[in-house]
Amino acid sequence: MTLVVTTREAKERRKLRLSPRLRQMLRSPSALIGWGLLLVVLVMAAGADLFYPEDPLAMVAEPFLRPGADPAFLLGTDMMGRDIAAGIVHGARASLLIALMATLVALVLGIALGLAGGFHGGAIDAATVRLTEFFQTVPPFLFTLTIIAVIQPNLWTIALAIGLTSWPGLARLVRAETLRLRHGEMVQASIALGAGDWRIITRDILPNAMAPILVSTSLMVATAILTESALAFMGLGDPNVASWGNMVGSGREVLRTDWYIAALPGAAILLTVLALNLLGDGLADALDPRSRQ
Amino acid sequence: MRRLPLSGIHLVLRRLLQLVGVVVGIATVNFFLLRFAPGDAVQVIASEAGSASLEYVEALRRQFGLDQPLWWQYLNYMSGLARFDLGYSFRHSMPVATLILDRLPATLLLMTTSVLLAVFAGGLLGILAAYRPGKWQDVLISVLALLCFATPLFLIGLALVVGFSVWLDWLPVGGMFDIAVQAQGWARVLDVARHLILPALTLALFYMAVYVRLMRASVMEVRRQDYVRTAISRGNGPVRVLLVHVLRNAALPLVTMLGVQMGSIIGGAVVVETVFSWPGLGRLSFDALVQRELTLLVGVLLCSSILVVLVNWLVDFTYAVLDPRIRSSRS
Repeated sequence: MTLVVTTREAKERRKLRLSPRLRQMLRSPSALIGWGLLLVVLVMAAGADLFYPEDPLAMVAEPFLRPGADPAFLLGTDMMGRDIAAGIVHGARASLLIALMATLVALVLGIALGLAGGFHGGAIDAATVRLTEFFQTVPPFLFTLTIIAVIQPNLWTIALAIGLTSWPGLARLVRAETLRLRHGEMVQASIALGAGDWRIITRDILPNAMAPILVSTSLMVATAILTESALAFMGLGDPNVASWGNMVGSGREVLRTDWYIAALPGAAILLTVLALNLLGDGLADALDPRSRQ
Repeated sequence: MRRLPLSGIHLVLRRLLQLVGVVVGIATVNFFLLRFAPGDAVQVIASEAGSASLEYVEALRRQFGLDQPLWWQYLNYMSGLARFDLGYSFRHSMPVATLILDRLPATLLLMTTSVLLAVFAGGLLGILAAYRPGKWQDVLISVLALLCFATPLFLIGLALVVGFSVWLDWLPVGGMFDIAVQAQGWARVLDVARHLILPALTLALFYMAVYVRLMRASVMEVRRQDYVRTAISRGNGPVRVLLVHVLRNAALPLVTMLGVQMGSIIGGAVVVETVFSWPGLGRLSFDALVQRELTLLVGVLLCSSILVVLVNWLVDFTYAVLDPRIRSSRS
């Protein structure tokens, strides 16, 4: 009975230990900037229809309107007379949606395969390690590009293809964490108490592996945004959706004279990815005991 | 970890087995991608020819073996691969394998230059930042690295084009040589070098950011070790300590990272070659994409995966040279 109480106490204490970390993460200046920037992008994505109810792909004014030339079109218009500000705001929605879905796919695959290999060991582990190594060998961007070229691009297939090629790093991480925890005292205690596999995984392993998973998730979202924009830049975006990569790609045609058409959506990509990287850095710093001095 | 001391023969066999596994894996993926693509090769050819009768299409199908059962087609595809037959490109009127071998040198030149630039400049800046933690040098380098790490490659490329080609007019916009000049000998080397600067810089900047961050963390870690303090207390100068004691150990994570990132660097090269019309594998796959030549696209995928495996062999070898622990366990 005493043993049960002490493990529960230990678990309570572990929960409490995360909160000063989180508090510290919120205090770190880089994480604060990251949160701020990300909040702006999220507001843009959520309120896109509110700010710009009309179709961002529609022609609304004369083409090649410089930013600031007409107060009705703050960021100007592109070569087709489309409002750049509307495109950027609606593009936030497409980019975030694709990136989040792709990350979700990668999270499910990476955590499932990492856990399966690390927890069960033996033949399952050998098989998942082989599979992970294989997917790490194939150049991910080229792989994504080939898949999308075969199965026509739209929001869902792009997200699926990006997710399908970006899980190996996470799987390795989860496997290593699982191996570490699996043979630790906590799991041994749970086994001694008669806990089943599922309980050990959900109560002992996953909560304790959460910190590094969280850090790598923020980086995965950032990478997914970069991948999506590169695909769209190469003409493999969803043609019916305003996306930042699409905008840069089409602005490229008039780069010599009207560079702002490519530069403005490009800046949106840069700031969003920067925000996610800063967030990941802040999180990693807060979780790494060495950097706390 | 994985790097166990293995005997020579065993090691070579293991490596070869790994290569075969990757090739078979990718080939299988490729086969099914091609099968599931809407419209097979025959339909593409038939539509190229304009109007095609049903009999003609059937004859073509038989000729390509598309009327055979799936497993037989798969075996055929694999036995073709074993003879390095990757199919035929009708657009370029050339076997895919020849086409890829033709374009490979340009991509290798671009990637090698970029990687060397990224490793040396990134390593140097990382060391500088690690020796001045918290000072303005460190802050400046770290902020620059953060920005480069967050900028999409094509945006860096376009910015460099606008800056150095359009506004300053110092460097060419794209391509690999000046077609109008047709330079020979050293003039040609110089010509290619001039065309190489912007694409190589574009590809290098992103990975440089990665190596700066890695090197900074790694050098700071190594400088805290006891043996470095011992080396300093023995009266070794700071330069000697850096070169002999710090650098060798701090460089190890850099080499590892290079192997892990090889696949991502190839992806970067695809984007950069598209921006700068650099006539390598990336540009080839972009053309294949636009012209919907899937045979060519999956061929590039296969060859670049093989390239990743080969580079990782090189990385393992470098690792063994750098890390005395691995060397001693092998001899």
